[in-house]
Amino acid sequence: MDFDWNVIWKNREVLVSGMMLSLKLFAIALTGGIFFGTLLAMARLSSWKVLSYPAAGFVNLIRSIPFIMAIFWFYFLTPMLVQKMTGQQGEAVGPFTSAIVAFIMVESAYYSEIIRAGIQSIPRGQPWAAYALGMNYWQAMGTVVLPQAFRNMIPIMLTQAIILFQDTSLVYVVGLKDFLGAASKAGQLSGRIVELYIFVAFVFFIICFGASWAVKKLQAKYAIVR
Amino acid sequence: MDWKVFLEQAPSGGMTYLGWLASGTMWTLLVSIFAWIIAFSLGSVLGVMRTTPLALPRTIATTYVEIFRNVPLLVQMFLWYFVMPELVPKALGDYLKQDLPNLVELPFAQFSMWEFTAAVLCLGLYTASRVAEQVRAGILSLPRGQTNAGLAMGFTLPQVYRFVLVPMAFRIIIPPMTSEFLTIFKNSSTALTIGVIELTAQSRQISEYTFKTFEAFTAATLIYVAITLTVIFLMRWLEKSVAVPGYISQAAGH
Repeated sequence: MDFDWNVIWKNREVLVSGMMLSLKLFAIALTGGIFFGTLLAMARLSSWKVLSYPAAGFVNLIRSIPFIMAIFWFYFLTPMLVQKMTGQQGEAVGPFTSAIVAFIMVESAYYSEIIRAGIQSIPRGQPWAAYALGMNYWQAMGTVVLPQAFRNMIPIMLTQAIILFQDTSLVYVVGLKDFLGAASKAGQLSGRIVELYIFVAFVFFIICFGASWAVKKLQAKYAIVR
Repeated sequence: MDWKVFLEQAPSGGMTYLGWLASGTMWTLLVSIFAWIIAFSLGSVLGVMRTTPLALPRTIATTYVEIFRNVPLLVQMFLWYFVMPELVPKALGDYLKQDLPNLVELPFAQFSMWEFTAAVLCLGLYTASRVAEQVRAGILSLPRGQTNAGLAMGFTLPQVYRFVLVPMAFRIIIPPMTSEFLTIFKNSSTALTIGVIELTAQSRQISEYTFKTFEAFTAATLIYVAITLTVIFLMRWLEKSVAVPGYISQAAGH
């Protein structure tokens, strides 16, 4: 077949705005995922069963169903919950907000497992020592355990971030115009799906390969520091 | 809530909505199992290639793993389904899209054989890169002395792999391989984007027809959880039955 690579330049604005949406989704899902993932991990490690059982149940449930199924769940539940809580009808939340909630919830389940392992990698004696010094739970967690735990977790968290960036393409299933969605739309309009999908794959490859290479470098450097 | 909805007659296929769920489950399992056969065999070969002392196979396998790991699965799905038939000679492309013979003759398929095949190929080749990493890690975790002992006994390198390294490594990596199988099983839902009506797609379809979204998604979720638990149970049993006394027990302990 004959290629027409001009189609990419012609659609540059659509593609750039798609990439922007992907990056925005990535940044919000990453921040929210790590934040709620930390809370979930702490809840799971809590000796208080009212906290640890529901947290464990949530994490195990999310992790045992496909990402797309989880997106569908939250995409469907978010407007319902918002409506119940605010009493507003219909268009209270748009598809973008629903997708964001879905991504944050799913990512927090995945991140909580990483963070839980990180917290468990800190010797027990350290929080005990902190308590012995008169710190309370939040002080011990915030100033002794979590900073070290996050440091230990950096490589695996970055790797998960790269996976998350790839997973943002899944918002395609709820019709959002992320990088892949935008390229798909442009491809259908111009009849040049082949060129656009190859281009999307190439861009994702460059970004993810570059990022994982950087993570490897960082890890090597980090290993010496320790 | 209205769970009786599953007993109602669905508008197509001459079955109830429960039948739709069953058909979706079957396609999820079929895609996963066929893809797993590709992933496991190719992944094992690639994993071994990555540990050999020979530069060429190592480079080939590393390139493969890097390419397949760094492109999102959904994009790969579209590459196989839309792009690949356009890149091969036209006659082959048309054959793939239209005349692919049914290898699995099953009723109620609302999609073409090419959709199924593309999904299996895509998932299989994608997961092969992940399996390769697990196999490599398993082989590298074995003490170096095992290779040396094998070579000293007069084994050739292929024999060392076949009789010493690979049998040991496969037993060690059963737990991570279980996760890989569960991943392929969950990732099979990506096939819905190219029209394979597997379990997730089927539950969405039921929700669109009946507006019983909660019931439809709950049913699909329970089926996923049930299959996940079954796989974990079977793999634990396999792990126990192939354990090397005094060796694997520590690895299996966690």
